Amino acid sequence: MLKLEGINKIFNEATPDEKIALDNINLHLAPGDFVTIIGSNGAGKSTMMNMISGALTPDFGAVTIEGNEVTKLPEYKRSQYIGRVFQDPMAGTAPSMTIEENLAIAYSRNTKRGLRKGVGRGRRDFFKTSLEKLGLGLENRFNAKVGMLSGGERQALSLLMATFTKPSILLLDEHTAALDPSRAELITRLTKQLVEEGNLTTLMVTHNMQQAIDLGNRLIMMDKGQIILSIDDAKKPTLTIPDLMSEFEKIRGEKMNSDRALLGS
Amino acid sequence: MFTAMFGSVEQGIIYAIMALGVYLTFRVLDFPDLTVDGSFVTGAATAAMMIALGYHPILATLMAIVAGFIAGCMTGLLHTKGKINPLLSGILMMIALYSINLRIMGLSAENAIVKPNIPLMNADTIFSQFQSFWSNLGVDDALENFIKNSLGFQTAPNTWGTIFVVLIITLIIKFIADWFLKTEVGLAIRATGDNKRMIRSFSANTDGLIVLGLGLSNALVAFSGALIAQYSKFADANMGIGMIVIGLASVIIGEAIFGTKTIFRTTLAVVAGAIIYRIIYAIALRIDWLDTSDMKLITAIIVVLALVIPQLVDKRREKLRKEKRRNERLDQQRELLRGGDHLA
Ligand SMILES: Nc1ncnc2c1ncn2[C@@H]1O[C@H](COP(=O)(O)OP(=O)(O)O)[C@@H](O)[C@H]1O
Ligand SMILES: [Mg+2]
Repeated sequence: MLKLEGINKIFNEATPDEKIALDNINLHLAPGDFVTIIGSNGAGKSTMMNMISGALTPDFGAVTIEGNEVTKLPEYKRSQYIGRVFQDPMAGTAPSMTIEENLAIAYSRNTKRGLRKGVGRGRRDFFKTSLEKLGLGLENRFNAKVGMLSGGERQALSLLMATFTKPSILLLDEHTAALDPSRAELITRLTKQLVEEGNLTTLMVTHNMQQAIDLGNRLIMMDKGQIILSIDDAKKPTLTIPDLMSEFEKIRGEKMNSDRALLGS
Repeated sequence: MFTAMFGSVEQGIIYAIMALGVYLTFRVLDFPDLTVDGSFVTGAATAAMMIALGYHPILATLMAIVAGFIAGCMTGLLHTKGKINPLLSGILMMIALYSINLRIMGLSAENAIVKPNIPLMNADTIFSQFQSFWSNLGVDDALENFIKNSLGFQTAPNTWGTIFVVLIITLIIKFIADWFLKTEVGLAIRATGDNKRMIRSFSANTDGLIVLGLGLSNALVAFSGALIAQYSKFADANMGIGMIVIGLASVIIGEAIFGTKTIFRTTLAVVAGAIIYRIIYAIALRIDWLDTSDMKLITAIIVVLALVIPQLVDKRREKLRKEKRRNERLDQQRELLRGGDHLA
């Protein structure tokens, strides 16, 4: 479904600020895989997500989605295949437009946009049933401007918009990190539900180890631009936080900096 | 007075089309497009040139719209492909258009390459053509009788044909804009102005949408220019100076008075704003110590006030809100303290 082969990315190459953000990344995802990604700040997690979405292009290496090489395809063309939710709840929706207009924009993801009405009658029904799944009562606030919603509501809407057209790949980059714990839990639950329903191939970055262990069928750990640990279907169900800590120590020969955010609750 | 205001309203309705164009860039696309000063004249020059050469006024007006569209797209390309900042892209295009407009007007002359103006004194225009159809309907006589006899005005406008036709045209444009902004492409253009990152993640080419939005906006501006040239029966290379500020003033005045709750309401507000601006203009001209040339200064001041006053009002409101909340909390805390006394 998704293949990253020999991806390298260096920022500010050949200057004193040179930073190797991705160091020969190889990753294969089978259809329906749900991979959680952990790693310290600056490990290159977001950069890897941006390589897949097309927001950045690799210095060398190849990105393949559903058998098509997309390495050079601009972001807006690639996003036909890719659903994304950003860390910032403000980033994934258009604040001055209404809920239904935002949904209509997301709905046109994989069709050519034309002079059809954005929100026709048939679509409105579909939007309504989709919103009901969130259980937040947003289906009764169709014409509310999205800017009036709370951060949690906006993120739930972003998640719905990213998933309801069944993208080939779903990218979630710390999409619960900016929310308070109860909201984050809600979004985590919705993520699980929507990914399972759509059987979506998913990559989720999180700094919450417990979340990384609870969700998905695979887990990878990144550090200094490399994937240093990869846990597969077979081992994931029995994985614990101490396992991860000791694996890290074994590989890196140093203690993982285990601040509270990293451990989660 | 009635008749004088009447002309202002007629003009205001025509300028409203330009203001809708400015609304499309400034508000919808969030792109401060200064091409307007040039493209307004491009519309006027193209229409006047073709009419002077004997083409049908409707064809001339259509060509003006196309010319404005191309000018707007060029600004969009300067910004998106040339990576030039929005303000500078518009300024560059505006300056370039000044020369181009002189050339366009030059096409109407046999013995000159460039021309600073084209008079259309006895030429056929959209308005003169409509007038001949209108006067056969007999509406004017009826209205004149009504105004003089029933309302008691001494003078009445000599024809209602012009205001009728411009109102129809402007309302049609308004409704098309309302419809367009709700289509899939329209939604994508609005999202481009609202959150580029978001709309790119939903497979929209923001560069293309910016170019399209600027093209459509300047098509409207040129349309307005073409109509003004036919209304006032001349085109002039300098008739666009300050147009962007007038457009902006119209948008801001309209929005302030009528609000922006829905698209339908906002475009209506913009049209009304353009008409109100013209009326203010006409009144200002009647003040003795003001000169016509002061109008640009007054317009600039209107825009500055319209931009600054809402900020001050907001700040004041927020301050009051905070004060209220603070007092509530103080009261609560005092209440708690008193409760503590009882216990002790
Ligand atoms: N646009 C950029 N320009 C320069 N350096 C960058 C840029 N984006 C990321 N980096 C650097 O690349 C490294 C990896 O960043 P990132 O992928 O955001 O890490 P993570 O998401 O794992 O915290 C960091 O050291 C960061 O400072
Ligand atoms: Mg990151």
